[in-house]
Amino acid sequence: MAVPTLAVWKFASCDGCQLTLLNCEDELLELTARVQVANFTEASSAVIEGPYDVSLVEGSITTAHDAERIRQVRAQSRTLITIGACATSGGIQALRNFAADDLTGIVYAAPEYIATLRTSTAIADHVPVDFELRGCPVSKHQLLEVLTALLHGRTPQIRTESVCMECKRAGLTCVLVAHGTPCLGPVTQAGCGALCPSVDRGCYGCFGPMETPNTASLSRRWLELGIREDGVVRAFRAFTAAAAPFREEAEKHDAR
Amino acid sequence: MTHGSRVRVGALSRVEGEGGLELVTENGMVTEARLDIYEPPRFFEALLRGRQYTEPPDITARICGICPVAYQMSACAAIEDACQVTVPEPIAALRRLLYCGEWIESHALHIYLLHAPDFLGFASGIEMARSYPGVVRRGLRIKKAGNELMTAVGGRSVHPVNVRVGGFYRAPSSGSLRALVPELTWARSAAIETVRWVSGFDFPVFERKYTFAALRHPSVYPITDGSLVTSTGLCLEPRDYDEHFTEFQVPHSTALHSVLDSGVTYLTGPMARFALNRDRLPGWMTGLACLDGPGPARLDGPARPDGPARPDGVCRNPFASIVVRAVELLYACDEALRLISAYLPPDPPYVPVPAPADQACGYGWSEAPRGLLYHRYLINPDGSVADAKITPPTSQNQRAIESDLRDFASSRLLLSEHELGHECERLVRSFDPCISCATHFLDLRVRPHD
Repeated sequence: MAVPTLAVWKFASCDGCQLTLLNCEDELLELTARVQVANFTEASSAVIEGPYDVSLVEGSITTAHDAERIRQVRAQSRTLITIGACATSGGIQALRNFAADDLTGIVYAAPEYIATLRTSTAIADHVPVDFELRGCPVSKHQLLEVLTALLHGRTPQIRTESVCMECKRAGLTCVLVAHGTPCLGPVTQAGCGALCPSVDRGCYGCFGPMETPNTASLSRRWLELGIREDGVVRAFRAFTAAAAPFREEAEKHDAR
Repeated sequence: MTHGSRVRVGALSRVEGEGGLELVTENGMVTEARLDIYEPPRFFEALLRGRQYTEPPDITARICGICPVAYQMSACAAIEDACQVTVPEPIAALRRLLYCGEWIESHALHIYLLHAPDFLGFASGIEMARSYPGVVRRGLRIKKAGNELMTAVGGRSVHPVNVRVGGFYRAPSSGSLRALVPELTWARSAAIETVRWVSGFDFPVFERKYTFAALRHPSVYPITDGSLVTSTGLCLEPRDYDEHFTEFQVPHSTALHSVLDSGVTYLTGPMARFALNRDRLPGWMTGLACLDGPGPARLDGPARPDGPARPDGVCRNPFASIVVRAVELLYACDEALRLISAYLPPDPPYVPVPAPADQACGYGWSEAPRGLLYHRYLINPDGSVADAKITPPTSQNQRAIESDLRDFASSRLLLSEHELGHECERLVRSFDPCISCATHFLDLRVRPHD
């Protein structure tokens, strides 16, 4: 069998998820011996024409040009995997979706030079996606699992349970129950390794909503802890603000 | 190059972000060189309005996955300034240690995976690894040491979770940091090898008269703080920045340009830091690169007139900035080891930072791997952010890059389009531009004057 080709694409993002691939220092050279890196602008000047066996897509869609470009990427990709909070939910820049006014004038003196959409949206809102890998940034262990699974033709083993499960497995004291620290762990998808609770901090939801999250119940708990409605809105409206369960929960508390 | 033809010469790769180059020629001269930045804007300054003053460190980290700590540190400095809080020395030292991790990670990435392939004729670090596996593995291992330091202090290397306004959520244990010493000691030796290795590269002859701007600290090489000094003699505190530096918009870029007093183009980053602070480095480090005067021959051979060695010890050739970056990589490893050996966990790990009683403006900066990163926040008494300004290094460097491109390309118009494109791309890459920061990616077009 021919060596599969891999392309890495960037849309509106910080480069952190692509960097996570380069941060697989121990595995990178082994990986690149098993796949042909055919198009990865951040890492290589060499570009091989598509179609590609696998495309990894970082970033969200924020311009009409990118909305067209992602369709071209999809058309030349056998398997398309989105990596990170921007690609899977619209990212932190999706906060613009909730702003009352167009933001261009706040940052740019001459907004007419700036061609941008009013919203930041996930890749899956534009084209069919074969697998979504969460995280801001993605976990390198999960990224390697996805790539390994693809190379072996199996389904990636990525848990969709909550951060609470990782916390329990790590033997951490629950920051919400024991310290009254507001934590999004009960509604956030696992994958980071319960990083925030491990430093005595509440989870801030950067892996986005878990499967079937009970956001209403968690909001009630936060309000009991003395967090104001606007604090609940800001918590859900952050790194994965446009992901449906978080977006809807924030809306319930907005301007109450 | 065919005179007067309009040409597209591929894409600039191995930079963080999306942009393009355009050269305008007239009568065999380059009349205009533009760095077109078409990275989609993400509006961070606007998104911060109405957020709580405790949030910018986590939110602005997302501007750049390569240098999130720089954003976190400049944000903390500005917010603490607005709230009139100064963190105790042990917290400041732990911040510097985390920042050393980012310098190691970022500089190793640029030197080994993005920049060195240009000098050795490869399209990527991955391709270079087939011919030089040991060298690339060394680079990756240094980079990993930086990432592990960031993980030990910050919780993870991309977008650390442990940083808060006032300090850290939890101080790492002495043991967890001491565990890093063997690998950082190895990285320090490997960084010495790196300086020797890159000092031997062939650099195109291209000396520039830069106006440099960098932080300067009373006793150490600047990373987290200092006064801003320039080669024109300015010495500024953060609150003076807006008075002397002006940002403005140009049609061809989603990143704002920046100039110093009365329109002076300036350069920030490793070359500027080194030019203005090389006396803060141990002599043996600067001597290694043979950048410190005519002294001994380069370790790998005799100094060449077109190499990085300069009588005043200042590097003004952007191509040779890889040597400066390697010296800074070495310094960051050395400094991390020093900070770890002196480390006592700050207790408590953070100081309380109450919101200001009246609306207050705070100013902060630090030396990101790519240069000066300035933040300013106006904070309301309810803790909400009323206004934010962020000036990243690449946006400040755009004009210097364009000026260099113009002069560099002017003397090379006889090259083929392909060669000229390749050479210009190399020049831009020398600056380690982070277009994600400034807003990302480059494709070169040469067109005749309309």
